[in-house]
Amino acid sequence: MSYLEYNLKTVPTGLAKALYLNWALVVLLTAVASAGFLMLYSVAGGSLRPWAEPQMFRFAAGLLVMFAFGFVPIWYWRNISGVAYLISLMLLVLVDVAGSVGMGAQRWINLGFMRLQPSELAKITLVMLLASYYDWLDVKRVSRPFWVLIPVLLILIPTALVLKQPDLGTALLLLMGGAVVMFVAGVSWWYFAAVGTLGVGLVAAVMMSRGTSWQLLKDYQFKRIDIFLDPGMDPLGAGYHISQAKIALGSGGWAGRGFLQGTQSRLNFLPEKHTDFIFTTLGEEFGFLGTTTLLVLYALIILFCLHSAMNNKDRFASLLTVGVAATFFFYFAVNMSMVMGLAPVVGVPLPLVSYGGSAMLVLMGAFGLVQSAHIHRPRGRR
Amino acid sequence: MRRPPRETEESARGISRRALLLGVGQTALVAGLTLRMRQMQIVDAQQYRLLSDQNRINIRLIPPARGLIFDRNGILLAGNEQNFSAVIVREDAGDVPAVLQKLAQLIPLSQEEIDRTERDLKRHSPFVPITVSDRLSWDELSRVAVNGPALPGISPEVGLSRYYPLVEDFAHVVGYVGPVSESDLAHLTDPDPLLQIPKFQIGKVGFEAIEEDKLRGTAGLKRIEVNSVGRVMRELDHKDGQPGENFQLTIDAKLQDFALARLQNESAAAVAIDVQSGDILASVSAPSFDPNKFVRGISTADYEAYNTNDHRPLVNKAVQGMYPPGSTYKIVTALAGLKSGTLKPTDKIRCPGYIEVGGRKFHCWKSSGHGVLDLEGALEQSCDVFFYTVAQRCGIETISEAARTMGVGVRPDLPMTGLAEGLAPTKAWKLKNRKKEWLIGDTINSAIGQGYVLATPLQLALMTARLATGQAVMPRLIKSVNGVDVPIVPPDPLPMQGAHLNAVRQGVWKVVNSIRGTAHGARIEDPTMVMAGKTGTSQVHNITAAERASGAYLNLPWKERDHALFVCYAPFDAPRVAVATVVEHGGADHQAAPMARDIMLFALTGGMPPLSAYPAGVRSTVETLQKNLQLHDFSAENTVKTRA
Repeated sequence: MSYLEYNLKTVPTGLAKALYLNWALVVLLTAVASAGFLMLYSVAGGSLRPWAEPQMFRFAAGLLVMFAFGFVPIWYWRNISGVAYLISLMLLVLVDVAGSVGMGAQRWINLGFMRLQPSELAKITLVMLLASYYDWLDVKRVSRPFWVLIPVLLILIPTALVLKQPDLGTALLLLMGGAVVMFVAGVSWWYFAAVGTLGVGLVAAVMMSRGTSWQLLKDYQFKRIDIFLDPGMDPLGAGYHISQAKIALGSGGWAGRGFLQGTQSRLNFLPEKHTDFIFTTLGEEFGFLGTTTLLVLYALIILFCLHSAMNNKDRFASLLTVGVAATFFFYFAVNMSMVMGLAPVVGVPLPLVSYGGSAMLVLMGAFGLVQSAHIHRPRGRR
Repeated sequence: MRRPPRETEESARGISRRALLLGVGQTALVAGLTLRMRQMQIVDAQQYRLLSDQNRINIRLIPPARGLIFDRNGILLAGNEQNFSAVIVREDAGDVPAVLQKLAQLIPLSQEEIDRTERDLKRHSPFVPITVSDRLSWDELSRVAVNGPALPGISPEVGLSRYYPLVEDFAHVVGYVGPVSESDLAHLTDPDPLLQIPKFQIGKVGFEAIEEDKLRGTAGLKRIEVNSVGRVMRELDHKDGQPGENFQLTIDAKLQDFALARLQNESAAAVAIDVQSGDILASVSAPSFDPNKFVRGISTADYEAYNTNDHRPLVNKAVQGMYPPGSTYKIVTALAGLKSGTLKPTDKIRCPGYIEVGGRKFHCWKSSGHGVLDLEGALEQSCDVFFYTVAQRCGIETISEAARTMGVGVRPDLPMTGLAEGLAPTKAWKLKNRKKEWLIGDTINSAIGQGYVLATPLQLALMTARLATGQAVMPRLIKSVNGVDVPIVPPDPLPMQGAHLNAVRQGVWKVVNSIRGTAHGARIEDPTMVMAGKTGTSQVHNITAAERASGAYLNLPWKERDHALFVCYAPFDAPRVAVATVVEHGGADHQAAPMARDIMLFALTGGMPPLSAYPAGVRSTVETLQKNLQLHDFSAENTVKTRA
């Protein structure tokens, strides 16, 4: 086992671990979350309730979770990755039979004190399992078809369960998060090229089938695609949200209309203004400066994770760090593309900023794993 | 597995390489997002800023006119009337409480209305118009309009509101509309933007609710240019909406009105069906309620009064009420026996007043017994023992199959709310729902429509129509949509032999027309409208032998009296109409048959039945009754409108 190869004495123990935390990451996360508090305060019309205050408590709880997870040795996380994956699969099945229906999809299990969204958990446990899989797998075998098929199945099972809820956004994040771990683990380029070509071909075939006798989608599904491409076609229906979101973002200009001065969100033109569409409020009130600042903060988080991963010789630890960072990246990239009209509205929140408990806790837990990887990285042998 | 250190180094390098590539890809994506933001927030910012400013009131919905509902002859059942209201826009009003106080001096405004308005204003965006008071008179509206300058933010509005000119007659069939509620919105996945309009009316109950999508129509759009203070500068464009579809029901409003008046004061239901087409000519449930009260927002006191009335006016007993069909179900038992071959039309069975089955005695209603009877005689006198015997021979599964063939225990496919399925019990049903084995006693009870058997008045009317025609008549409620007739699907013949149906028909003819028949008093004298029928009584309360002996059961409290039922069709030779009536707790004097007869005669003659159709003995009673009926005045021009 690789972790026995480095000198345990060089790995910090006890409270000394706190000194070896990736403090830059903690600061960045707090900065992003604070931007979230500001926005939640603003969309509530300048009030801590109903969103900003609970969100602060959740972030505080999230920080505790992150520290707690970070102090747990990384090899422990590797050892439970299989169990964690199985538990999240079981929860996904459970939510299918016993979950509550929200926004037309079954997503939550009510635990009493919080509503757990197992699909959030699955994103992280999938990354954990894939990382430990590639840690176990002989590097020479990584690109052999059989050994590629196994992780593909491991990704597809939770994806299918999430898709059934139906939650297209999370399913997409699972796919992309899993693919990134496979990519970084060294799976041959050819597989990714083949899947990419297949995807492009499929989309082309679907679009070309329109109006022919072998039409692959229903007419209304094509209509949705049309509306996505040109939201102006249906200003009161499906295109409404996206048109309003774009107006809010665009009207912010350079420096925005000023804190608490956004009219789009204040006048209730914006849907889901405290969750999926919160970025538009930021854009409206703080303009290009605000949005790019947040983007830079996000990019720095990714950068610090990648840096930590590249300096970590433990295969599991670095794959896990990259996987968590990638999942986080797709989260905000998809959300931003969505509200800017670059991607269809699939229901992905803006990480650490959108109002929501289980996403926040799971993400902070995931960064706890990154911290654990960082603290317990092999040292000494150079 | 212990891995050589070099390999770890190599794998770490591999990971770093790929991670670097990943970082490059991510950087590219972030750059793309930044570019897009630059495009939107810097390059196109002016354009979006303009859109945002205009956005404040730039699109207004024009609510469509809700589809009208007519009866089969074009009498208006549900229409739209002009409704004057005063609305307030928060951002134009400034000091809302002061403006409302001023308004209260001009039009009657209760504190409750003021509070509700202030609540609604807080809930909606400042530019959304909120109704302060609706159903203003023309005078009140003018006063608001004239005082406009003193009332910032208040404007008079003219809208359309639903009304039901026939008041109580169609409360259950047509139902009513009411303002969209939070729970209505929660049920919808793709809500129509119209539903976002505060207090927009949608169908809540009955036909209004079932055909909501078609009746509602689609909204029109009005694009308005507004200046910075929100004043409308000009209308940019205007797209008309699509009014809702107009429906014509199969119901005859005059017959419906007569039937409801005829049932008045009882807790009762009646259904009349055209036996050839399946058209429902009348479907009434008494007492009824005023749907207009619900449209306006019913007061708590009125609602309490409806809710606590033990005659349950809010329930549509005609399709929702399930009753043990009692002896009317003997039609089903007879057909089941005949079909299974265990009963021949000429078979004779002796009734000694009871039979003993499995050590239990089952009594005939006539304790001295009917003597030897054939099928016709058994139906005529409603002998219980005869049908106990038939049921023992053919078994419960055969009976319940026959019941479903006749329409009992099958949920009818109609645009009505609360349609009950009824129950034609089987052994499997009891095992599943009661966790008990089926007993022979259950079969005996079922034979005379007691025990587990349940039917709605609609199903009983359907059963009678099917008996009369020998066809699997399907009930129908929509006659035409937007002036285009809905085609009648020709019914399939029943899987019954003509001879068997004829034997039962002869029996039910005797029930009404033979001197010994149980409904002889309700016969029709006119030879062109001879009626056949079957009485039924279903027990609500088990009458003890002691009560029966003392005659005390005649004075039972209302709630414990038997239900009275009657089913009939006429004319006997060429059936046109079938009627079923149920009088809850009708008790001993059995009003179900005379009521059904009067409704039948009204349906056949198309107006108030002529006295000559009645037997000489009852004419004077009928005359008084007819005089005292409270009928709607259909000559009033406002109720009769041509089909739109």
